[in-house]
Amino acid sequence: MFADSRTYLRRPQHPLRPAATDRSHITARLSRKPAANILSLAQESGQRSKVKTGRPTNLNLFSIKWPVTALVSITHRISGILLFLATALLLYLLDLSLASEDGFRRAGELLSAPAASFIVWLTVAALLYHLIAGCRHLLMDIGVGESWRAGRSTAAAVFVLSAIGAILAGLWIW
Amino acid sequence: MVTNATSLGRSGLFDWLIQRVSALVLLAYTVCILGSLLLAPELDHASWRAQFDSPVMQIFSLIALLSLCAHAWVGVWTVTTDYLNEAHLGRAGTLIRLLTQAACALLTLVYLLWGVRIIWGG
Repeated sequence: MFADSRTYLRRPQHPLRPAATDRSHITARLSRKPAANILSLAQESGQRSKVKTGRPTNLNLFSIKWPVTALVSITHRISGILLFLATALLLYLLDLSLASEDGFRRAGELLSAPAASFIVWLTVAALLYHLIAGCRHLLMDIGVGESWRAGRSTAAAVFVLSAIGAILAGLWIW
Repeated sequence: MVTNATSLGRSGLFDWLIQRVSALVLLAYTVCILGSLLLAPELDHASWRAQFDSPVMQIFSLIALLSLCAHAWVGVWTVTTDYLNEAHLGRAGTLIRLLTQAACALLTLVYLLWGVRIIWGG
């Protein structure tokens, strides 16, 4: 019944299913403070569109509960923003390393400096996390692991796999 | 619908598709680059340079760069419209969101042009 994209601000949306963008940290649980929500809901629907969804929305990150699926979702967003900013560093390193023999050496030196290597490790860890959590999305898009139970276990698997990836990346860099 | 003016594809369905297709491209590119770095630990400038100078890699890199920019914009748009709005920030919400989006759009454009220069500039 929500298949019409007009019902929800034209979010990135699966052709067959509603709310394809992972917003489970937003819609996971409603707040324990209903009054605040009704207020924010009124503001939201007033601001957003004349088409009323009738669906409660809670965007207050400090009042919602955090099941593991919600943690995967918000971490996906945070890692995405980190990667967006870290792209500047990656492009700089690529530019420097390709420019000349000397630049290649300097890029190597930069990577072995403690502060820079920590940022690079953080970037690689965020990249691995974002990729693994993204694969979970793509699997769900083709109908794999969509149940509540499977969603919880794949969410936990995302954290475990990316923690292993982050450790391996650390061993590789240092 | 005025609130939709800043999304990349101007429709949820198109944004969804852009996000998924670009994700697959970026997955392939990341596996390719990380794989080549892992398989060649004693990398030198000449082979690194040669790797990026091959026509196949130039095209792949450019497609990955375009995917990165499109993917980043869909993501930035989703996050900014969720948190930087009037419900959270009061009346200044829309202004703050538009300024943030403008800064992110500028950064994305810089990435695109800088990346093209690195890949094709020789």
